[in-house]
Order: sequence, then C-alpha cells, then structure tokens
Amino acid sequence: MSCGCEENRGTVKVVNGRYKPSGKFHFPQPNTPIRNEQGVLLGITNPRDIVHMHSYGGEAIFFESLGKGKLMASRCDNSDCETTGSIYMPFRIHCPDCLAKNTVIDITDKAKANSIVHSFMITERTGAFNTLQIPIKFVNIEFDGVCTILMGALVRGEPSIGMKVIPIFKTQNPEYIITDMLWVAEGTPASDLPEGYSF
Amino acid sequence: MITFSDKQLKSPKMQRPVYLVTGGMSKFARAFPDKRTEELVIDAMTEAAEFINMTPAQLKKYIHTCYYGHFADHFGDQLLGESVIHDRLGLDPLGNIGVKTGGATGGSTLWEAYKTVASGYSDCTLAMGWERMDEVPTDEGNNYISFAADKDWETPMGHIYTGYYAVMAQKYWQVFGKEEDSFRRTMAEIAVKNRGYARFNPHAQGPMKITVEDVLNSPTVAYPLLALDCCLMSVGAACGILADEKTAYEMTDNPLRIDIGAGSHTLRVADRRNMEIPLLPNETKDQYADLAQRFPGSDRYPGFTGFLAARVAAHYAYNMTGIKDPTEDMDLVELHDAFTISDIQTYEDIGIRPYGEGRTYVESGDCYHTNPNTGQPGKLPANLSGGLLGNMHSVGATGIMQVLEIGHHIWDRWAEMHGDEKKWAKFDRQKPEDWTDLQVKGAKRGLAISHAGVGSHVTCTILQHPDKILPGGMFE
Repeated sequence: MSCGCEENRGTVKVVNGRYKPSGKFHFPQPNTPIRNEQGVLLGITNPRDIVHMHSYGGEAIFFESLGKGKLMASRCDNSDCETTGSIYMPFRIHCPDCLAKNTVIDITDKAKANSIVHSFMITERTGAFNTLQIPIKFVNIEFDGVCTILMGALVRGEPSIGMKVIPIFKTQNPEYIITDMLWVAEGTPASDLPEGYSF
Repeated sequence: MITFSDKQLKSPKMQRPVYLVTGGMSKFARAFPDKRTEELVIDAMTEAAEFINMTPAQLKKYIHTCYYGHFADHFGDQLLGESVIHDRLGLDPLGNIGVKTGGATGGSTLWEAYKTVASGYSDCTLAMGWERMDEVPTDEGNNYISFAADKDWETPMGHIYTGYYAVMAQKYWQVFGKEEDSFRRTMAEIAVKNRGYARFNPHAQGPMKITVEDVLNSPTVAYPLLALDCCLMSVGAACGILADEKTAYEMTDNPLRIDIGAGSHTLRVADRRNMEIPLLPNETKDQYADLAQRFPGSDRYPGFTGFLAARVAAHYAYNMTGIKDPTEDMDLVELHDAFTISDIQTYEDIGIRPYGEGRTYVESGDCYHTNPNTGQPGKLPANLSGGLLGNMHSVGATGIMQVLEIGHHIWDRWAEMHGDEKKWAKFDRQKPEDWTDLQVKGAKRGLAISHAGVGSHVTCTILQHPDKILPGGMFE
C-alpha cells in the first residue's frame, strides 16, 4: 500500500518570524503486530513520518554559501580575548573563549590552495538515511591558520594522511547541508566531479 | 593554545564520604522482544536487594532520591521514560531526575547520585541506568547514535558513528603505532581478551573464544576498525545504591568508598584546539618534551589521539582520592572499550601508561587477569567483565555495570556473582566447562572509566575498601 508520501510533501517558510508549514507532513500508516513463532503477541510496530523544522541561526550563512561555491569560516576579532585572531572551521558563531560574536570570513581560496588530510577512514556501512555513495571516505582537513580540523567526505581519490585535497561545491540544486561541500584529490579534473558539483 | 584556570582545575572537596552499598544488573542481550524496560530494571533492583540480603521493598525504604540514566529517548520512543520507570519501581513521591551524557550516561548517573549524598541532601540514592536499543532496526539504531554527533556537520556524512572513531584509530595507528602490523595485532588482542573474559560472565551478551587472526579477518566496519574491534549494541539495566557512612553501615557490613570525577571535551573532534598536556601526578613535563620527535605527527594535544575529558576526569578523581599512580594504587580497572583503539587511548589519558606507550600495557601482559607472559597475576587487570566488547554496551547502564564489576572483586564476591549455576540457568545461558574464577585476589581498590561520544563526557569512578583507603585524599 502506498503511503502517499510523494503527494504534496510539506514545505516550510518563515513569515513574520514564525514557521509557516504548508502541504502534507504526516502520512499515517497502520500499526502491525509483532508475534513469535508460536503466534503469541509480543509487541507492535509504530511507523510514522516526522519532519523537524531546524534553525541554522547564525550558521545559516555557512550553509547558504556552500551552494554559491564559497567556504565561510569565522574569526574572533575581540582584541581583549586571549585567543583573538583564531579562525574556526567548523564555523562557530561565537568565540568559545570570550563568547563575542565572531566575524564571518571567506576562506575559499585558502581551502583551495592548501587543504591537507589530517586523518581519514573508509566505510561501506552506514546508518539509515545515508545519502553518500558507498564506500564513504571521511577526511579530516587541516587549513593554514585555522585552529580546528574539519571533517568532510572525499569523493574522488584514495585518502592518505598528508595528501592535498580540494573542496567542491553543489552549486546546482544545493540542499543546504554539509554535503553540499565534498572533497576531491588534488588534480581531479572538472569532468570527473559528481553531478551538480563544481570547484 | 587554550589554557585552564586554577579555579577550574581545583580538586573537588565533598562534604562527607559516600559509599556504594550494593548494586544489581539484568541479563544483557541484543534484544528482549518479550520484556518491557521496567522488567529489566526490576531485575537489576532485585539483584541489588538480594546482594545485601534485603527484599526490594526493604531496600526501597532507604532510598531518598533517584537518578535515572538512559541516553536516547528516541530509542525507547518514550519521553519522560524516567517517570515511567520511577512509577513502576514504586518510588513516587521521591524526587527523581534523568541523566543523559551519551555513552557516559551510566557514569554520570552515579556522579549525580554521589554528589547528592555527599552534599547531605540525601542519605541514600538510587542510580539506575538502562538502554532500549532493540526497538528499531540496526541501521536506524546506527542513525540514532550518529545524532550524538553534530547533526548539521557530521551526521549527514554516512550516519555512522564508528567512522568518527575510525579517524582517531587511523591517526593513532600512524603516529603512535607507527603503522606497524604489531600494533594492529595489539589492538586485536584487546578484543580477544575482553570477549574471552565475557565467557565467564552470565550477564554477557557477546562472549567469544577467538584469536587475533579472527579479529584481523573480521569484516571491515570503518577502516581501520574491524567488526571485532567494535563494541556491542545492547539492552539491559544496572543500578547502584549509594549512601552516607551511617546509612551504609545500617544496610550492610561491607560498603565500599566511592568517589567520582568528571570531565568533558568538544562534541565534534573537529573542534579540538591545541593545548599543553595537563599532567597527572605520575607524570612530568620533561617526559613529553620530545614526544613529537619520538612520534612524528603527535605535535597536537589532544589532537585525534587522546581524550582530554578522560584526563581531566582522572585529574579530579586522583586528587580527590590521593591516587599518585593508578597502576601502583589500583588493583583492577574497567575501561570504556567501545573500540579497541579507544581502550588504548584511555590507558594514556588516565596515566596507566605515558602518551605514546599505551600498547605496552597490553603487550606486557599487565592488563590480564593472569599475565600470559609470566603466568603470574596481571599487574592491573582490565575489563574482566568482558567490557563493552564482550559484556554489553546498554548505554545508560554501562558505567554502572563497570563499577559493580569492580565492586564484586573488592567485595570478594566475584565468583558468587558470576559462577552461580542458577544465574546461568535463569539467563538461559550455558556455563562454559572451562569457566574460570577471575576474582582478583586481595583486590582493595579499582577504577572505572565511563566515556561518551568521541570524548565529550568522561567520568572516573574510584572504589576503595574502607580498610584500605589511600592517604592524601579528601578526608584523610
């Protein structure tokens, strides 16, 4: 039986500072009994379809920028902070030391010029709802002058510690999630990038 | 470089000593299709009562406040699950609260119960933990667990938590393991050891008699971690009863002193910033001066190779109890072996071995009940319960299980609690013909590490026999 999930799937806007859902969000399905080999009832399935409406808040600029081919980091510019000048990627809205609001900075060129793999792993197992192609290759990436190490997915090339990697961006039909930015080995031709992604 | 103030690193000073009076555990298994969580919790509570020759009703009369640990509401699909359990245990109208710190939930639940007794708010507290991880398919379970990573920055990449440990394993293997096959074999040896000890534990979900080759030939989960490097996904419950001195000795002749320190670090391993290595009492700054020369690539601390939270938890706990050197001062430990690599990392974080030398704890045979190199008792046996690899990782219960397992040795009741034919039969498990008594002879002190995420929360619990309290602690 079709759950009808494809029809009029819900979307959300913000109007006057409030979430405004429209369309269909809930597709009720019947519970079904769980029985043992003897047919004795032990429990029941509870299927359901739930949509969360999640705010990116001050990180929204980071996720918006990926679809425009930009990697935005943040930097503490509070001269009174003991770690002033620290650049954060992953993006932090506030400095973890002084809690001042960080300055948004563009590190796209820095990332294209010198991104080095700090560590990596390869897996063919995933949890439910994975959208990445198997095998998944995590790479942890060091950037010049950045005090943290970003985790990303390498989609072209075999990972190794110390290798140089280049970010690519989903500039066609971005989904506004972290996988709008993926990584490829240095030297990967543009013709070999996944569909919708560009340097 | 980040730094910490003296006020932040101040050693805790509790108002009065706290004792572990008793505790109990359910059977642990991958699934209990025929049992509700409350039945498992009552199994644990009943065992705790029987351990001190009480009925559950008698034990309940002492309890004043209740702490309930279960990490993931969404696994059980029940918000306020603590309230359900509290009601089913018949403990209304006592104050109660839920505790959630990922994989460290069990340890954190004990930590809260401990502070409540130490402060004088309660004379007796219940710390009960459980996890219900069987009510979704395994891939959905892995998805849920991956939400314990950052849901925006990490979870979308595979929805697989093991991956976040695998990158640490990769770095550690290359830096401190120097990419040697022998190091990979040492990791595998931990899996062999702990699953082997689980064979003598009737509660255990994953006992296995295996070899290093079996581990190395097991399927890859997240390279370089293999299936047998990874812990179990479990269902079950465990509880501990804590009390002040007067109440503890009303309840039993043999309470154990308990003290707990806790630490934390970033949820995302990505956010770890460089700092100087905080030193434990058995370390000096000089010994790490040439670490980066001896192990190229180890110039970041804690980087991907250490857990700051474990080090800080140990810092507090050691200062609270007067521990100078865990290997000399402790008789056994239970560590959070969620993965073989995190077990090795923790040896260094808590000072069993210096940074870079964790492997020698295994290779020396010190971590065994009986040292395979000498045939003599291991210097500091680890995870005789089977650990998370062989016994269970029913998340909210895990840290409590570890402390009880240490307690059974100090109480000198390990054989009784693990060898009883009736218990094996009750759990519908076959006691092995070569069942071995793993009681650590003369055990007086032990340590348990409860650990969350990629090191987001860690507790360090110290149990001591009241006649063998170390000098230099809070009350000595």
